[in-house]
Amino acid sequence: MTNNHLRKFCLLLGAGLVAGSALAQQGDVERGQSAAATCTACHQADGSGMHMENGESWPRLAGLDAGYIVKQLHDFKEGRRQSATMMPFANMLDDQQVLDVAAYYSQLEVTPGQGGDKADEALLARGEQLANRGDWDAYIVSCKSCHGPGGMGVGSDFPGITSQHAGYIQAQLQAWKDEERSNDPQNLMGSIAKRLSDDDIQAVSAWYARQNASQAEGE
Amino acid sequence: MMTMHKRTLVLAIATTSLVAGLAMTAYAANGEPESEAMPYQNLTELGYPAPQEGELVHVPPTMEDLEAADIHPELKKVIRYGYELFTDTQQLRDKYVYNDMNCSSCHLGEGRQPFSAPVWTAAVTLPDFRGKNQHVNSLEERIAGCFAYSMNGVPPEYGSDEMLALSSYHQWLATGAPMYPDKPIYGRGFPAPDEPEQAPDYARGEAAYQENCAICHQEDGSGHYENGEYVFPAPWGDGSNNWGAGIARLDTAAGFIQNNMPLGQPHSLSDQQAWDIAYYVSSQERPQDPRYTGDVAETAERFHGRSLYGKAREHDDHVLGDHDNFGDKGDAQPWNVGMPRFENLSED
Repeated sequence: MTNNHLRKFCLLLGAGLVAGSALAQQGDVERGQSAAATCTACHQADGSGMHMENGESWPRLAGLDAGYIVKQLHDFKEGRRQSATMMPFANMLDDQQVLDVAAYYSQLEVTPGQGGDKADEALLARGEQLANRGDWDAYIVSCKSCHGPGGMGVGSDFPGITSQHAGYIQAQLQAWKDEERSNDPQNLMGSIAKRLSDDDIQAVSAWYARQNASQAEGE
Repeated sequence: MMTMHKRTLVLAIATTSLVAGLAMTAYAANGEPESEAMPYQNLTELGYPAPQEGELVHVPPTMEDLEAADIHPELKKVIRYGYELFTDTQQLRDKYVYNDMNCSSCHLGEGRQPFSAPVWTAAVTLPDFRGKNQHVNSLEERIAGCFAYSMNGVPPEYGSDEMLALSSYHQWLATGAPMYPDKPIYGRGFPAPDEPEQAPDYARGEAAYQENCAICHQEDGSGHYENGEYVFPAPWGDGSNNWGAGIARLDTAAGFIQNNMPLGQPHSLSDQQAWDIAYYVSSQERPQDPRYTGDVAETAERFHGRSLYGKAREHDDHVLGDHDNFGDKGDAQPWNVGMPRFENLSED
């Protein structure tokens, strides 16, 4: 981020704080639904997104934490997270609309993850190991230790990853590994992603895509 | 995949750096001795010290090794149960455990990880005299100590299913390591960082805690629960270890922090930060020490040379540990605390 960008961000943040104290910033589900009209082409009407075998996968937004969605949208708008696809759409939303669409998607029912069907047993076993226990000999901590039991997410900082599309998880982990994504707090994801082999990334992406969030909840 | 990569890398390095006189043990599932390659090379890349000449370096078996091992299936079951208790000790909540910790909250990497107080060391160094309770302790008694202090609980009986399962898991992790080793053990305990340049400071510690730790452990140290299930352990308060735990000592806490935190980024904090954060965390309240005599000064004098227990906080004069809050266990007494041993043996 350039100094100029940083200054702009600080101004925005300042404006947001002032507006926040006056309006008590909260998302509105109904307003969010109409603002989300621009999102449905990719993220679908039910927020399920889509796994693409040979292209950019669109993440499932349904059931994600609202605070997490808000942060990601602001990061796209302000250049802390790079995506040529998302940037123009995020820019269409003002601060209130960001809150509204986040509120809308967060209350939709979680839809199944796609893209894990072709994974063989060995790959899934490795995926499960990394997800639930990690591989400490390579200093890879388990996904569960931050993303929570069943990978259902913890607060607004650690998103739910279970029932997410394999293509999306894989692309994000790869981006962190290649230092193309770095908007995680304190480099918590980046430091782990760099220790994952390409096979590890494939394994854990396929495994989480195959987990059913509604089942995981009952674990 | 990963394993093959590692092995090749290790071999390449080992040809140039294998130190003579260093004892290396590792479990080999197939009965073949493991290669003589130096393990834990990746730890040095993360800022940990390399194994030194004359140290015992042991790589404990994994749960995959257990599945493949040629041992009685009943023993496998019991070791597996021990592993499950170790990594999900909360299944014993309100029976033997009265805070929100698991064994693996502090002993990271399933109790196998160097510099994270790997627990197999207890299986090869005990029975031995322990200064903490001034008598010879077995492995079971050592585990019971963790229940009484770190888990703020009441231990399962010696010889009980839970105790046997846990001690079996410890001993299984020690497979291949020599009993009563005559060499120092690589990565044992939570080695404290070097003395900081400035004396540890509450305000600096608070700032460093909020910057580096609060995202998981929360600003108020209460840890994090999701749908009622605990995810990030509480560094202080009723959900945490009581005042008698090893990690209540300043140097142990600083050692844990620098070698293990933030999770996934060991040795990213400076010596000063590690000591400052340890000082801040250690300056907060937690459940009373089960050895409490009813008098905080007397308890401090007898048991607390290395913690802040019994000391007054500078900013508000609060005397740490001066309370009768024993946390969620209430009046329950850990039966092992203060239990007399070997009274029949004559003095030499």
